[in-house]
Amino acid sequence: MIRENTIFYTDRAKSTDVLMSHMRKENKLLSEKNMNKNSLNNWSECLKRISKDKDAIAFRHLFEYFAPRVKSFLIKSGGSVTQAEESMQEAMATVWQKASMFDPQKASASTWIFTIARNKQLDAIRKINRPEPEELPWMETEQSDARDAIIIQEEQINLALAVSKLPKKNRDLIEKAFYGDLSHSEISKLTKLPLGTVKSRIRLSIDRLRKELGKKLQ
Amino acid sequence: MKTKHHIPSEILSAYSTGSLPEAFSIIVACHISLCDHCRAEVEAFDTLGGVLIDNEERANIDLNSFEQTMKLIDKQNNSCLASGKKSSDIYPTPVKNYFGGSIENIKWKSVGGGIKQAILVNTKDASARLLSIPPGAQLPDHSHKGLEMTMVLQGSFSDEIDNFYRGDVELGDDNLTHTPKAGMDEHCICIAATEAPLVFNSWLPKLLQPFIRI
Ligand SMILES: [Zn+2]
Repeated sequence: MIRENTIFYTDRAKSTDVLMSHMRKENKLLSEKNMNKNSLNNWSECLKRISKDKDAIAFRHLFEYFAPRVKSFLIKSGGSVTQAEESMQEAMATVWQKASMFDPQKASASTWIFTIARNKQLDAIRKINRPEPEELPWMETEQSDARDAIIIQEEQINLALAVSKLPKKNRDLIEKAFYGDLSHSEISKLTKLPLGTVKSRIRLSIDRLRKELGKKLQ
Repeated sequence: MKTKHHIPSEILSAYSTGSLPEAFSIIVACHISLCDHCRAEVEAFDTLGGVLIDNEERANIDLNSFEQTMKLIDKQNNSCLASGKKSSDIYPTPVKNYFGGSIENIKWKSVGGGIKQAILVNTKDASARLLSIPPGAQLPDHSHKGLEMTMVLQGSFSDEIDNFYRGDVELGDDNLTHTPKAGMDEHCICIAATEAPLVFNSWLPKLLQPFIRI
């Protein structure tokens, strides 16, 4: 069981001496595993532990990685440092609260946390009201396949790789778009990005979900 | 039923990045509630956002940032999350939310010819409304200033372009002058979002008014 064998803790986590007392009970085994190589998997595992066990160590681990990034994202979106800090804390609190709704078969943890940060950004900094779609019903079934989750994560790695190979001009475009800095005429350029495989993979996951839900309702 | 008329990628990407006026976002939110094809595309753009977050710089966070966040979490006292309730009726949740979750609160206003409308949102850049058109009735012949998006929730309409059924979205811009006509079976209910007030080519002024000034 992966839960006992906390393969995803890095030495970085060990060095944090501010852990709350109730976290100390946790037996954390540290590993030399390369964080980058495994980060995507690990964050999913963290979110599962937050949702199932209210695991504050897993949350701290996630926090250390994502909080500074989310804050930077919010600052670049036009927030003051103070506002970005506050909004980041609220976003991270939402991550904790909604952890049970994270579906690793549909999105990586980075993507899911991005959507929470983005909604906070729109709400608190850019003051844009963006209605959300109906939630896809999702459930963990016996057959819930770790394979799907891994494929989704691999797609994200592939996409990250593809993005890193783009000309700087195009990478800037993506950043501008998500910081809310892109004109309407520029936005169409986003659609030229290599998203085809990611899209079809997500589509497959949704189809599978619908099928399973249909089976359950019968 | 399969959706035939989808939303173009640039609008879906604008929705993902939050660059779309609220009026149009309502239609995207409703459409992807019904259309998995476009939902997958929105989520593909979200994945790009995930890559952005991974590549993001690390800002300095406050010393007690984590503890503050834990305090926020304690304050939330596990208030249960709104479960993803599925709308079985014609109004998707994103529309219902504009009426406090209940369609009984929809305030229809007659605009003549048996056509009724209910405003969802009206901001300086765009507005969105529900339209209810009696079977066989025709909307005034109009062209557009800027973008117009219409999505069918119930019944159907047809115009010079095609037939549109539940979930289908038609896009109009400066170049499109069309005369949508509701299907004969039942009232056609749709959401229409417009970037700027519609400009009618020919219609009674009294009908023009309510459409323009909302
Ligand atoms: Zn579609």
